[in-house]
Amino acid sequence: MTLSITDLKVTIGGKEILKGVDLELGEGRVHGLAGESGSGKTMTGLAVLGLLPHGSRAEGRISLGGRNLLGLPDKELNKVRGGEVAMVFQDPATSLHPMLTVGRQITEHMRHHLGLGKAEARARAVELLGKVRIPGAAEAFGRYPHQFSGGMRQRIAIAIALACSPKVLIADEPTTALDVTVQAGVLRLLRGLCDELGLAVLLVTHDLGVMSAVADEVSVMKDGLVVESGPRAKVLREPDHPYTRALLESLPEAQEEGQ
Amino acid sequence: MSDPLAPARRRRLTARLPEAWRQPLAIVGVVIAIAWLVIAVAAPLLAPHDPLAQELPRLAPPGPGHWMGTDQLGRDILSRVMYGARVSIPLTLLLVVMSVLVGGLLGAAAGYFGRWVGETIMRLADLVFAFPTVILAMVVAAALGASLTNAVLAVLVVAWPAYARVTRGLVMGVREREYVLSGRLLGFSAWRSLRVDVLPNVTGPILVLATLDIGTALLLLSGLSFLGLGAKPPSPEWGAMVASGVEVFDSWWVATFPGLAILTVVLAFNFLGDTLRDALDPRTARAIKERAL
Amino acid sequence: MNPLARFLIRRILVAVLLAWGITLVTFVLTNLVPGDPVAANLGQRALGDPAIVAQWKSEHGLDKPLPEQYLMYVQGLLHGDLGESQQSHRPVSEDLAEFVPATLELAGAAILVSLVLGVAFGVVAALRRDRLPDHVLRVLSLVGISVPTFWLALVAFYVFFYRLQLTPGSGRIDPGMSAPEPITGLHTIDALLTGQWDVFASAAGHLVTPALVLALYTIGLLTRFTRSAVLEVLGQDYVRAARAKGLPGRTILFRYVLRSALVPIITVAGLAFGSLLSGTVLVEAIFAWPGVGQYAYKSATSLDLPAIMGVGLVVGVVYLVINLIVDVLYGIIDPRVRLQ
Repeated sequence: MTLSITDLKVTIGGKEILKGVDLELGEGRVHGLAGESGSGKTMTGLAVLGLLPHGSRAEGRISLGGRNLLGLPDKELNKVRGGEVAMVFQDPATSLHPMLTVGRQITEHMRHHLGLGKAEARARAVELLGKVRIPGAAEAFGRYPHQFSGGMRQRIAIAIALACSPKVLIADEPTTALDVTVQAGVLRLLRGLCDELGLAVLLVTHDLGVMSAVADEVSVMKDGLVVESGPRAKVLREPDHPYTRALLESLPEAQEEGQ
Repeated sequence: MSDPLAPARRRRLTARLPEAWRQPLAIVGVVIAIAWLVIAVAAPLLAPHDPLAQELPRLAPPGPGHWMGTDQLGRDILSRVMYGARVSIPLTLLLVVMSVLVGGLLGAAAGYFGRWVGETIMRLADLVFAFPTVILAMVVAAALGASLTNAVLAVLVVAWPAYARVTRGLVMGVREREYVLSGRLLGFSAWRSLRVDVLPNVTGPILVLATLDIGTALLLLSGLSFLGLGAKPPSPEWGAMVASGVEVFDSWWVATFPGLAILTVVLAFNFLGDTLRDALDPRTARAIKERAL
Repeated sequence: MNPLARFLIRRILVAVLLAWGITLVTFVLTNLVPGDPVAANLGQRALGDPAIVAQWKSEHGLDKPLPEQYLMYVQGLLHGDLGESQQSHRPVSEDLAEFVPATLELAGAAILVSLVLGVAFGVVAALRRDRLPDHVLRVLSLVGISVPTFWLALVAFYVFFYRLQLTPGSGRIDPGMSAPEPITGLHTIDALLTGQWDVFASAAGHLVTPALVLALYTIGLLTRFTRSAVLEVLGQDYVRAARAKGLPGRTILFRYVLRSALVPIITVAGLAFGSLLSGTVLVEAIFAWPGVGQYAYKSATSLDLPAIMGVGLVVGVVYLVINLIVDVLYGIIDPRVRLQ
């Protein structure tokens, strides 16, 4: 397993948000994490990178390559962030800095983590932008985020995440803020990159439709606990837990599909 | 069901305020402000001397019988500082209330009716903003003739646009919200929706601004008096008292104590206003929840 | 055309329009107010003589209808003629040329100090939020915006000059020294340009106390604003994204946080410059600083209309230029403004 989370407990200001979460991410696999808002799925993603909100405490184990990320000093953790574990956020309109060029945002951590020179970083950035299918990658390098559409911005965010060839990618609701018409493209891209680069992807989403499209494994969270986990087909077709069934039944498409 | 959302949004505004009152800074501010109000009301009882009587030795340093010393006419500075509260504090409060009324009404009209009414009012406000406050107030005060009333008017001229801008912004923000639109769709008059939907939402921020502005207004008003464009001698106005201390600056007590009086009053309201602003500003509140670098 | 140039031209056009508005306001303000310049400028005996009053009025164009007076005023302005001061009996433009640089030097020094200290304090307060440095800076900055400037000037003069004799006294330069060749009109800069180190030391020494007194208010203001601006930015998604990229804290602070926070900060700095100009009226008197604040005060109290209009115009234009600079800085900092 590339990344395994065991018995992760998180409290924020004395309130228990995660009550013992277990998750396994494998190379080249997309692990979907479902659940309604407030179930703790986003916190699980943030905990991996040590980006929990002010006043949080995390216990348990998050192991990556034999190390427990929870115990790492900040300096070590900063090498993991972006370098080994990268993250794509929900809304590319707010997760990209509006005043920095795309090129700057895609190369700065490459240069920091990998020690690349300016020209090397640029070449790799243009290659990455091409890989996430940004038209005119070389020109896009010098442009600003607001000059791109929402779907393009999320592709840029994915390119930024992949810049230092991380092993793990955490995608927190990566399609929620996008138009329905571009969602599928971004998901296909994620799936393709996962297969091509052997990424371990944690796909956090409340959208079971998204889940069924790309996930290999699916875990369902409720109130800070994983209530059900397993291969996609199993969890989505023959759910064991009543909560999973309730979630599935609330989907109009699911009902149609069942008929 | 005329207004299903009203209770919810009233609570939102009022719920955050009580917490602010418990902040140490706000408590200090309230205590100082109340102390000054008491001094203003009870000055005749508290003051050891007649503020105008020239009965003590001239320019005596602070000591028994005249704890803040005496000025060049042999008047007791402590008594004058106390009586000064009766001049400055009520006038400052009145000034801020008038600015809120004038600026608030003009700003609300500008925000609500938009178009040429709004444009005219806001361009006027812009032009006032194009001049530094003291210089504009000074010119107005000088033109009107030096007196405390005219100084108040002069400060009013430069103070209202701030409220007009804030109120207009708030009203425009609220106007487009659904509960206001739905009220208009239900056929309520513009006046009713201004009063019921818009007013409760702008009072909080305006109150905070007014609290902070009490300090600014007092500084400006006493500044004009310092320049000789406000209170006339022998009035125990603090700014004028500092000015009289300039002539005898080696007798430090003449200017120091009235200046401290201004400082403490302004500080009290700034302490209070600053805490209230934190309580009201949800953007700041949101940022606080996030983790520092 | 270069988008930045287009943006600049648009801004300059707006500024020109506003400048015209300022001439209108200064004119209206000085003419609609009830003060009587005749009474203020002629002695009691002369006032009793209608012939003298009429002659004085026609000399100053006051017998013409207001619109005509305004046209004359604007025509004069276009030729660089601001009228003649009734107090100094010199052209107002000459008076201003003498006094404006002194005030700009004072206000400029104060805004520099305020920006450096205010932004630094604000950043520290935001990063140490709700801890001791934040609380201390909060109280200090609130004290800073609560101190009456004119009183502080007096206290500083008494303590540092009269008692401790640490600072030079009033004026812009030591009495025995001659002012440097006017190049910019700012003594410190001119002294540097001409390489007169002793003059520079003297000018800078005279500048320190009044500039600091003047700056205290704006330091407090900028500290509070920077703090809330930085806090606001710290809560943004892109800062979290930068942290997720593993960038060092310093890079995040300077590249991500300060860049965004700078936009509200320069807005406030522009406003702060206005309050500094206000402050000069109160501070210049104490330090006998021969600036436009004192000139404004003297003109206002004697209802010297041409001088008041000149001051209003110059101050308004300085304000406009500051706003223009702020706008241009926006355009430079924020590509969304520039590349609309």
